[in-house]
Amino acid sequence: MDRTQLLLTLSIALFALGLTGVMIRRNALVMLMCMELMLNGVILSLVTFAERSATLSGAVLVFLVFVVAAAEIGIAIPIVLLLSRQRHTLDVGAYSGLKG
Amino acid sequence: MMSLENLLLYFFAAAALAGGVLMLVARHPMRVALALIGSMISLAGIYAILGVHVIAVFQVLIYVGAVMVFMVYVIMLLDVRDPSFLERYGRSLLPSIAIAAILAVSLAAAVSRGYMMTAADLAEVHPGRAEATFAVQPFSAEFIQRYWLHFELTSVLLLAAVVAAIAVIKAGRRHDG
Repeated sequence: MDRTQLLLTLSIALFALGLTGVMIRRNALVMLMCMELMLNGVILSLVTFAERSATLSGAVLVFLVFVVAAAEIGIAIPIVLLLSRQRHTLDVGAYSGLKG
Repeated sequence: MMSLENLLLYFFAAAALAGGVLMLVARHPMRVALALIGSMISLAGIYAILGVHVIAVFQVLIYVGAVMVFMVYVIMLLDVRDPSFLERYGRSLLPSIAIAAILAVSLAAAVSRGYMMTAADLAEVHPGRAEATFAVQPFSAEFIQRYWLHFELTSVLLLAAVVAAIAVIKAGRRHDG
């Protein structure tokens, strides 16, 4: 198998695994971590294409995505802590009232 | 006979996949976090094999060093007897797996059918472009000379994230009291 194809397939597999985790797991923190796995899969495809096209702009874009991911975690974790403080559980089933 | 580089690439790819699968089956969030760390470090290994050393370093420093340490810290803050720690899966287990499998298969089919650009094609797309290397020096030069505005904007984004985190915690406190 071609190396680019292998890496793209790996990135698809990581994205699908993360998506499965977000949909099936009950714990809000674990769902957050599965979202990180999805993001990692997308970053892998970005790096693969950047390396393939031999442009530095892709590497810069990956760095910016890292910063966005760090900011995302910085916001998401306080929200999860707040949720657990209100209902004393991380089970997303307890928050079905948010469905509207 | 496979070269050592390809062998390592397959090894790291398998390790990243195994970490992803472990994340789905592990019960305790700490084990999920450790599986995710293993997966991320394997991805850093893949980036290093590809020669994108800057990204490999940032993957370890930012993701494993900052994001996941934060995550592990929060897991230790929370109650281990939480019901969601004991029961792993929600009700929609099979439909969710089916949706993810359909997505993965359709994307993989698109990748396997896709036309791979060769070096000659790339030369046509970027005429006269020298082969860029992903070493630290060209990366930093490109960053500071061409993308300095984006670099500065990320600091604004991080500041906004910090302010938002403080605002979220304060709102929660007001609700409690």
